[in-house]
Amino acid sequence: MDFAFTEEHKMVQKMVRDFAEKEIRPVISDYDREQKYPHFLLGRMAELGILGICIPVRYGGAGMDYISLGIVSEALEWADASVRETIAVHLALNSLAMLQWGTEEQKQRFLVPLATGEKIGCYGLTEPAAGSDVAGLRSTARKDGDDYILNGEKMWITLADVADYLLVFAKTDPSQRHRGISAFMLERGMKGLTTGTIEDKMGVHASNTGWISMNDVRVPKENMIGAEGEGFKIAMSALDDARYTVAAGAAGTIRSVMEASAHYANEREAFGQKIGSFQLVQQLIAKMALNYDISTLLWQRVGWLKNQGIRNTKETSMAKWFATEAAFEAASDAVQVHGAYGFSAEYQVERYLRNSKGAVIYEGTTQIHQILQAQYALGYRHDKPLRCELPAYDPDEWAREE
Amino acid sequence: MKYVVCVTQSPDTAELPKVTVEQAASGNEGVALITNPWDEYAIEEALRLKEKQGGEVIAITMGPEKATDALKSAVAMGVPKGVRLWDPAFAGSDALGVGKILAAGIRKQGDFDVVLTGKLTVDGNGALVPVAIANELEAALLTQVAKIISIGDGKVTVERLVEEGREKVTAPLPVVIAPVKEINEPRYASFMGIRKASRAKFEVWDAATLGLEASAVGADAAKVAWVNLNKPAPRSSQVVLIEGESVEEQVSKLAASLRAEKVI
Repeated sequence: MDFAFTEEHKMVQKMVRDFAEKEIRPVISDYDREQKYPHFLLGRMAELGILGICIPVRYGGAGMDYISLGIVSEALEWADASVRETIAVHLALNSLAMLQWGTEEQKQRFLVPLATGEKIGCYGLTEPAAGSDVAGLRSTARKDGDDYILNGEKMWITLADVADYLLVFAKTDPSQRHRGISAFMLERGMKGLTTGTIEDKMGVHASNTGWISMNDVRVPKENMIGAEGEGFKIAMSALDDARYTVAAGAAGTIRSVMEASAHYANEREAFGQKIGSFQLVQQLIAKMALNYDISTLLWQRVGWLKNQGIRNTKETSMAKWFATEAAFEAASDAVQVHGAYGFSAEYQVERYLRNSKGAVIYEGTTQIHQILQAQYALGYRHDKPLRCELPAYDPDEWAREE
Repeated sequence: MKYVVCVTQSPDTAELPKVTVEQAASGNEGVALITNPWDEYAIEEALRLKEKQGGEVIAITMGPEKATDALKSAVAMGVPKGVRLWDPAFAGSDALGVGKILAAGIRKQGDFDVVLTGKLTVDGNGALVPVAIANELEAALLTQVAKIISIGDGKVTVERLVEEGREKVTAPLPVVIAPVKEINEPRYASFMGIRKASRAKFEVWDAATLGLEASAVGADAAKVAWVNLNKPAPRSSQVVLIEGESVEEQVSKLAASLRAEKVI
């Protein structure tokens, strides 16, 4: 066993942490306050290779491994969860789904521009009346010659108003539940495809969250990802990738609020002492330290499994469940450590509290993950092999240019 | 043009306050080591000069195995190659000794036009190594460089940051340049550079290879010794709440206090 990061991981960590500190931290609270999406960060992350960090070089990516994806997620959410959400959606939900399920032609057509950041991707699964109950989605895709005609509404879609390529799920056989779902890559500009932004969220104000409307959108069959009826498996495998980034990101939230709490507790005095000397304050900070380590170990285990090409749905679910709940608790405790100042936007920890609530809901609510874990433990659930698995990381293969 | 950039490791500045006097005196600070932040400006400037007018860049460091990390950081930023200078005889060298060793390494690697170094290292804060290198190489020395205006035809013109402003100076090549942070914004390591750095192997040149007498460097040759080391006392501060019936009265009291304290 080896708990140490490799030389590469250490350098990736330094690079993205420097980026988060120098270019995101100083400006993100303004974007949060004004509820604006920081478009300039997409350009910067594309330029630095972050948008395709774990995609092989021959598909336009940076050729790093899946652990590096976790490192990036942790570092970005240390600054703000909304920036990490861009990675979760563009890279994990869309680009990695293409790497896993796309044909070579689709990879060249969609994955290359996604990995370089020339195009931005999003993922449309949730609907106004179908969240956790994915098989209950109502969007339809009717075959019409060599095309499909898509109709339906998608809701709570991160990057809906930003993305160029929208990976959406619709029923090609509405008489079926999950077996009737297929996946399609929509392209902005297709007739009948419109998007919009949802205003007044509780948190992640600097992220773009919106809706997608499909009104007789004609989609060529070349844009179907995977086989007809395979959409549910594609959607779930993509969620494994995104949940991994959410778990790693949550560790970043814990690190951030722990640093803020320790700093404040070492400065603020009450009853003639630094408040850090009070044991009840220490207890709050100790819990953050414990949960940071547990969250880190959990996401890193998933990163290792991904590198080996081992199915990790169970471990990913556990990491996401634990880390997001721990981040919400840590952010809440950080507000408590800061007292009345924590309740004010001036001290930033309230932003982390607002942001962290979203993560215990999206990418599978805490309750969904509890059910999954219980089903695994009770022997009710077994993951079957998929037709296409996410490829194991091979450093030589990932670095190959042709 | 051939640019040689000298790099070293230093304690992580975020962890410096944790270093005890005993640790600092022992030379083993016991905290995470990073590339000396000032060296990153030197690396960046070497890369920019190469990108602007061609030439070669090589990074040199002096130190035991762990010093390789400084070379790797340089490679990750884009420096194509590096070399490490180390011999047990080098241990305990003072700034003049380090300058002598680095100068020997710079000569050994071949012709050079510009040597770039950090203005100082954040642990010792001596700012003497660039001086010692220039002295050993009998090269011109330009410290506090905020901008390289032009380089070519056997000379370099730079802007130096001085206390009351900036001055423009010219020096013949070869030259040793120690930049200040105003000179550039160091780039991040690239992922391609990171992959290259993690696989990079560096030549190690010892005292014999460099043609150095072991007695001329190291602890025995050091002319400076730390005989006492103290941490600065924590700054004390006091908060005074200025009260007054009106804003004008409060401002007047504030101005009077600032004058009394000789702040204005």
